[in-house]
Amino acid sequence: MEQRRKERIDRGVKVRSDSIYALMSWRELSYLTVPRLLLIIGMLILPLVVTSMYWQRVISIVCIYALLALSFDFLAHYTGLVSLGGAFFIGVGGYLTAIFNTTFGLPPLVSIPLATVFGAIICTVLLLPCLPLRGVYFAIVTLMYPLVFARIIEAMDILGGTDGIMGIDSFSNRWIEQYLVIIVVLLLLFGLRRLVNLDLGLIFRAVKDNDQAVRASGMSITNYKALAVLIASGMGCLGGACIVHIYMWTGLSLFALDFSILPIAATVIGGAGTLVGPVLGCLILVPISELLREFGTLRIVFYSIILVGFIVFRSEGIMVYGQRKYHQFERWIKV
Amino acid sequence: MEILIYGTINSVALVLMSLGFALVYGISRVPNFAHGALFVITAFITWSLLNTLGLNYFLSIVLAIIAIGVLGALIYQFVLIRVRGMAISEIIASYAIGLAILEGLRWGGFKGHSYRLPVFIEGSIIVGDVPVDYHRILTVVIGAALVAFIWLFTHYTRLGLALRGIAQDERASMMLGIDSDRMALVAMAGGAMLAGLAGILLLPLGNIVVESGYNVLTMAIAVCIIGGLGSWMGAVLAAFIIGFAQILSVVYLGAHYQMVVALLAIIFTLILRPSGLFGRQKELEERV
Repeated sequence: MEQRRKERIDRGVKVRSDSIYALMSWRELSYLTVPRLLLIIGMLILPLVVTSMYWQRVISIVCIYALLALSFDFLAHYTGLVSLGGAFFIGVGGYLTAIFNTTFGLPPLVSIPLATVFGAIICTVLLLPCLPLRGVYFAIVTLMYPLVFARIIEAMDILGGTDGIMGIDSFSNRWIEQYLVIIVVLLLLFGLRRLVNLDLGLIFRAVKDNDQAVRASGMSITNYKALAVLIASGMGCLGGACIVHIYMWTGLSLFALDFSILPIAATVIGGAGTLVGPVLGCLILVPISELLREFGTLRIVFYSIILVGFIVFRSEGIMVYGQRKYHQFERWIKV
Repeated sequence: MEILIYGTINSVALVLMSLGFALVYGISRVPNFAHGALFVITAFITWSLLNTLGLNYFLSIVLAIIAIGVLGALIYQFVLIRVRGMAISEIIASYAIGLAILEGLRWGGFKGHSYRLPVFIEGSIIVGDVPVDYHRILTVVIGAALVAFIWLFTHYTRLGLALRGIAQDERASMMLGIDSDRMALVAMAGGAMLAGLAGILLLPLGNIVVESGYNVLTMAIAVCIIGGLGSWMGAVLAAFIIGFAQILSVVYLGAHYQMVVALLAIIFTLILRPSGLFGRQKELEERV
């Protein structure tokens, strides 16, 4: 019987645009820039296309989840720390900005950066003892952190207890609120893509793949892991600070499991380790979740089933699949 | 006296909750995050058999436990087997299954105060000067019997020895002709049945609510981590430590602190001794 197999070959335009020849013709230039521009322009005009206030708010939420998903992807697939505690970052950032805003009276555009920086430092210091842990163990510890903090706030009745903190300022202008998160997501997305290709990114990946080799080269693994956590938790805290100013309220729901689970689902569906994938995953998942809102908890069932399906049958994700189709062509050849 | 008695009862309840999780993780190294869902759904199946079909209580318990065993086996055979060995995919996949079951139950209308299972034996007696109802005493007895049964099963039957072989050294036992996947399937079915049994034993003490699924999962993870993942006797000891710590914190600090104690215990144990108080294997793999 005649047997065939599929062969994948890089497209010529990809090979040319990998090197300096990329600058020689419009075709190669557009091959490189069109996908990127599509995302950037798409994100920027999305709030103008969608006219209803409700869906514009959904876009902001998409961006906040995208920040978390980016930080998860960066930690998990570039540094090897699988953190299930996205809600912890959101909660710390959210509560900090609430305190800065209500107690010290700082405007949102000052309190958000402050909350990001201090939140990142607090999260890193609190996670520092767990950094030597690996794999499942780190994942479980980080899963427990938001639960503990929510319970402590509840039990000690501090920071507004179960009622949360109210009366937080919103942004002065609706369009600032809308575009701040979008621009932040885009900047961080392309910034992280650049970061992981620097020497520093190389060390991060080495920590993930072979930490003993990094150690043998005379570099401290813990320092680099702490740096990665600092970056990732800063992104999470930024998201938390933005969501608090958007909703003008902070409470225990910031520590809810949604913030830990949904970004992971988005990363799995979008394509792990691509950094763009998680953002795309959020762009797909969050609006679906809003559309299904009327079905109540059934949407979580849909969600979980989609997630299991992707993990079991298509674990590469949409983005990796798309990249392969974009860069390579396939043909059947005789064995 | 009150602390002693209720501490013991609470500890045995924790042992029951965590045995299934410990069994599955110990043998197949799959952290079964659907554990809490299996715990709750068994109680609902029993309730449905009892009230909708009108079967005998004992019969419906047996049927529900068999059904949950089959469900556990199906979950392993069709989902977990494909992601086995990839720690994060295992967690996400099993957690998603658990979430689907629990939220599906909630959507299906299984909420509110109408869902109660009858206790096995009504009434209570005074032990020392504390009133304890018979059902709790029965729970302690059955829990102790179950631990003894599992110990005997894994030490004196061929299947039990094969399970322990896979747990200790997968490659060596595969060379001796033990099928790793089949043993993991058996472990998953057994773990699901243990979770179901725990649900049927513990849930008659209150309403059957979906939320208890999440709490059971957290407590099972807490117990297994503190005792050392994969070490069963460690899990039993850890259940007693957490059980008494919880009762003490309820008495001296207030009911809110019950969960905080368990969660802080997990964090500190993981940071100080990631392989748990009694797990000695694989220390190098777990931390740098």
